[in-house]
Amino acid sequence: MPLKYFQEKAETMPLEEIQKLQSEKLVKQVRHVYDHVEPYRRKMDELGVKPEDIHGIEDLHKLPFLSKSDLRDEYPRGFLAVPQEECVRIQSTSGTTGRRVVAFYTQHDVDLWEECCARAIVAAGGTKGDVCQISYGYGLFTGGPGLNGGSHKVGCLTLPMSSGNTDRQIQFMMDLGATILCCTPSYAAYLGESLKERGIAPEENPLKAGIFGAEPWTEEMRQAIQKSLGIKAYDIYGLTETSGPGVSFECQEQQGMHINEDHFIAEIIDPETGEVLPEGSKGELVFTSLDKEAFPLLRYRTRDICILSRKKCSCGRTFIRMTKPMGRSDDMLIIRGVNVFPSQIETVLLKEGYAPNYQIVVDRVNNNDTFDILVEMDDETFGDTVSSITGREKALVAAMRAMLGIGPAVHLVAPHSIQRSEGKAVRVVDKRKLVTDSQWLGK
Amino acid sequence: MALNQLSVFVDNTPGALSDIAEVLANADINLRALSIADTERFGILRMIVSDNKMAISVLKGKGYVVKETEVVGVKIGDAPGKMAEALKVLDLAEINLEYLYAFCARTDKHAYLVIRVADNQKAEEVLEAAGFHMIQDSDVAKL
Repeated sequence: MPLKYFQEKAETMPLEEIQKLQSEKLVKQVRHVYDHVEPYRRKMDELGVKPEDIHGIEDLHKLPFLSKSDLRDEYPRGFLAVPQEECVRIQSTSGTTGRRVVAFYTQHDVDLWEECCARAIVAAGGTKGDVCQISYGYGLFTGGPGLNGGSHKVGCLTLPMSSGNTDRQIQFMMDLGATILCCTPSYAAYLGESLKERGIAPEENPLKAGIFGAEPWTEEMRQAIQKSLGIKAYDIYGLTETSGPGVSFECQEQQGMHINEDHFIAEIIDPETGEVLPEGSKGELVFTSLDKEAFPLLRYRTRDICILSRKKCSCGRTFIRMTKPMGRSDDMLIIRGVNVFPSQIETVLLKEGYAPNYQIVVDRVNNNDTFDILVEMDDETFGDTVSSITGREKALVAAMRAMLGIGPAVHLVAPHSIQRSEGKAVRVVDKRKLVTDSQWLGK
Repeated sequence: MALNQLSVFVDNTPGALSDIAEVLANADINLRALSIADTERFGILRMIVSDNKMAISVLKGKGYVVKETEVVGVKIGDAPGKMAEALKVLDLAEINLEYLYAFCARTDKHAYLVIRVADNQKAEEVLEAAGFHMIQDSDVAKL
């Protein structure tokens, strides 16, 4: 008999109870943060807000926002809210923009995170006896460790595959009868194609469901993955700053992701003014973590643009739902699951002796992201042989890979050949189709 | 005084070359020789022109990247086997060619090789020792 919920009481709590619980936890959490996190205390003091001003979620808007740069400035321990000896784990962002963000976890925090992932697995139809193939990367990246822990909590047999080595992935999937696949959607699509190449039909693999996240994907891509793997494909969301995947997850309805509101408060704000917007508005998603001990972030700006909905869900969960991120309020790109900022590319170019005249072109071909950077040459960087130009391109690819963690294709081009709009070079051309408003809740 | 060649980076787009030709034509610049190294995405146009200074100025003015590179200009007889003779000299001296192109002059019965090697001076020395005559920028104008 499959489970319906991992933690039924929490997941189906009536709204008034959720809000009461959130209020109680928020008051305590603000006190904890104010007492132990010096940079956030400074921010509160600057605004003249004291912990005693926060009586419940109705006062949340009084608190200052946190941004990624706040966290980076305090690398590595500025936001650590407990003595380090209380912590049992760190995870980290890819650090692609310079300094990494290190997230600390106490055992309580790890448990909480893994429970969130367990909820996602159960919502995708997982139960004891299932075999969970975790093909997210393991290590500092939260994808592998998060779902691994969630799978343990549900009692599934866990295959800690990590990413890559497709032959071995398929061998273990087939030989051990993996029923749930957890990885990035692009890797899921790739596995689907690889199975087909090996003559394994969708109904011949043992999978029944997949939990995919860590990069943007479309409804079309979901359909393609479901077809090629013969499964139901579920979305999962999270970020290292809020613990990792599992902050929100899809249920059988596949209509947006339920946010684990007993642990997190979600707000939608106007990215320009910071004003809190009513439910149903499109804006920037902001998270407050209510239970985290070691790395408790209040009002953390994700920069992801989405919409929240309290519309009743047939699965019985009362948690608010969020759309897939529809874009970013900054210029960050997510390419093959890696965060890329144009400013990083600029840094590499300047370091390598190029003028910052470039264009990033991202597309999705056969469900995989393509990543090209056009760079204009000048008299200094132009060599008069083909080998000198291709050699320079190779050197730039290596430098970009060192900075970004993924290797783009670099093309040196003639000066002034990059498309300009009103005199300003167009820095990013993202040809991937992201979700549109109309795909939300069947509107 | 050596022979100086101009190289221009050309995007592989329709009309790219014709635009460059027009820029040079408008400045009354005569092309003595040219070659194009082409790849899938771009080309490098290499030229021996009548007036380097003027050509660089007008091309840069139009936003092109232009490089002036010293090359070896070798005068050879306009007859079968003459190029082979010159190349044999370089071969014996173990000088590797990066690229080469050639042109014939209208005025005298000679052909000219434009050669790019890692060490121009050494190439000129061995060619001169074998009796070949080198040309310079100032010679180009007279051809």
